[in-house]
Amino acid sequence: MILAENLDQFGKDPWWLVLAKVVVIFAFLVVMTLFAIWYERKVVARMQVRPGPNRNGPFGLLQSLADGLKLAFKEDIMPRLADKVVFFFAPVISTICAFTAFSVIPFGPTVSIFGTHSPLQLTDIPVAVLLVLACSSMGIYGVVLGGWASGSTYPLLGGLRSSAQMISYEVAMGLSIVSVFLVSGTMSTSQIVEGQAGNGTVNIGGWHADLPAWYGILLIPSFLIYFTAAVGETNRAPFDLPEAESELVGGFHTEYSSLKFALFFLAEYVNMVTVSGLCTTLFLGGWRAPWPISLWDGANQGWWPVLWFTIKVLLLLFVFVWLRGTLPRLRYDQFMRFGWKVLIPANLIWILSLAGILLTINSDSLSGPGKFGVSVAIIVAALALGFVAIAMSRRNVTVVEIPKAHPGGRVGGSKGFPLPPMNLEVPPSPRAKLVIAEREPVSTGKEKA
Amino acid sequence: MNLSLELLAAAGDVKGGEAATFWILAPIAVLGALGMVWARNAVHSALFLVISMLCLGVFYVLQAGPFIGMVQIIVYTGAIMMLFLFVLMLVGRDSSDSLIETLRGQRMVAILLGVGLSLLMGIALYRALGDSDPKGLTEANAAGNVTGLARLIFTKYVYVFEVTSALLITAAVGAMILAHIQKSPEEKISQPERMLKRFLPGNYPAPKPGPGVFSTSDSVATPARLPDGTPSDRSISKILPTRELTSADVAPKGTEK
Repeated sequence: MILAENLDQFGKDPWWLVLAKVVVIFAFLVVMTLFAIWYERKVVARMQVRPGPNRNGPFGLLQSLADGLKLAFKEDIMPRLADKVVFFFAPVISTICAFTAFSVIPFGPTVSIFGTHSPLQLTDIPVAVLLVLACSSMGIYGVVLGGWASGSTYPLLGGLRSSAQMISYEVAMGLSIVSVFLVSGTMSTSQIVEGQAGNGTVNIGGWHADLPAWYGILLIPSFLIYFTAAVGETNRAPFDLPEAESELVGGFHTEYSSLKFALFFLAEYVNMVTVSGLCTTLFLGGWRAPWPISLWDGANQGWWPVLWFTIKVLLLLFVFVWLRGTLPRLRYDQFMRFGWKVLIPANLIWILSLAGILLTINSDSLSGPGKFGVSVAIIVAALALGFVAIAMSRRNVTVVEIPKAHPGGRVGGSKGFPLPPMNLEVPPSPRAKLVIAEREPVSTGKEKA
Repeated sequence: MNLSLELLAAAGDVKGGEAATFWILAPIAVLGALGMVWARNAVHSALFLVISMLCLGVFYVLQAGPFIGMVQIIVYTGAIMMLFLFVLMLVGRDSSDSLIETLRGQRMVAILLGVGLSLLMGIALYRALGDSDPKGLTEANAAGNVTGLARLIFTKYVYVFEVTSALLITAAVGAMILAHIQKSPEEKISQPERMLKRFLPGNYPAPKPGPGVFSTSDSVATPARLPDGTPSDRSISKILPTRELTSADVAPKGTEK
């Protein structure tokens, strides 16, 4: 195996190989989208004790293909008040940005393709992770412009919500990645995967610790914050406020139909795959095999890593579906408060303490016990800061006395409005009694005899 | 003479993909800038500016400054222009530029400031091209582009950097204070109180009936009919005039093409 020690191996592919890689990535994302839609519907169905799609193809696998074809043949409606050019470009922007982001995600190590040695990654640059962030920040334009150009109220509200939401959560997402940059010392995806190979040994006060190589375990606060922000960034439940169907009809894509709607749909699922792929790359060891498999020498060579990568991405997609099947949608103000007042401050405290710990570990002037002591002190200080912040942010909540409901289950006296009983006991229906009372005794035929 | 020779030499070095990208994107960037000035609609103006900035980001990457290029796209194109759009969308989609000057002497001041700015930029450009001694990219990016940049920001320019961030924080806090509305805790209505108010006798808690009788008219000025056939006042907005249907409105309409 050729180790990716620097980025010299990139940018040397012949043109046909670049073209082939682009086509394969495109096909991978489209197939993943088709599969993810089926997967999501099937998993959610399982969680709700129903079969889910099972008509088209084996296990209903061709359902999303059928839906896609149906979308393509639908009437393409252009609202009269729409800004026609922007209305057309909005879904295109969304889709292009979603696909572009995947060009820096590594699928595997260097392999031989028709005699050419090439890494299983379209390209890599020193700031590859920033490219993904840039693509996601440009992708917001699709949503916002789609909402604005529709010339209708619900889409506009959805667009406004999404612009605020995605910018806020992008800040949290960017900050959570900073800790990975700090530890790995690079922003290129292939080198970050490289940094998660093997086990790092840390000597703290004479005590040797084998740190797990995955940044997801080493930097678990960042991992959790990244995943939360990624759910917000991709507009998925419970953070699907821009398209909250119970509040905004369909949100930003209310007025879209046919292929334009299909493009938005495609972009949403490709974004899910991209954030899962980036999460795998940054936190879950990338294409490297997980522990029991990694004991086998060939696990990280040749084409096998593509399989590990895909499995990790599918597991993360399962978590997305799981969240959707479990959690109700947040209220908008709660959601924004969570992003700005919880995720971002927690992230800043974490980065600060991590930087302190890294400086301590790498310092030459401190001895082993000294390093250990300073690290513990930093952690304690960070926790204390967090607790103080929580204590200060706790507001005085005045509990409102709820007057007892009228005996007849009404609020505001006997003429008030009926309420369901607070203890959720179903009261006996007065009508049922009536039926029992009026029913005549059933003749058995034996009485006459 | 010397300067133009240097420029020519530099231009001669640009070949292949770099030159192609430049010649494709440069006209687009200029067109975006012109479109931003000429567009009547404020949102279109903002979008043209986005195109221009995106091209600039790619140019930075071309000039072997990948970090600044990406930051340009993330921060300026992604976040700041998005906030611009946010405000423009709140203002309303149909608000176009009015040609009436509301501030007196605005044009004069704008011309003066424009001339001043172009002088400033011209001098900066002249000095950058004339006196400075270019070190070359290999030296600047010796430790990697990001590391080199970080080293400069956190050593030589750390003071400037901190002062700028203090300025920005001051501006942000100021904006928040100006926009903040202080509410006393008593003014806040809690959810149970709101619920109780809604269900008080005399208040109808269910949604109001929607306007428009769809078999005859879908106008929001047409009141909904109650079960007994009387029009419901609750169904139409108070600012709309009550409208009786004329015989022409009621008559069956041919399907429009």
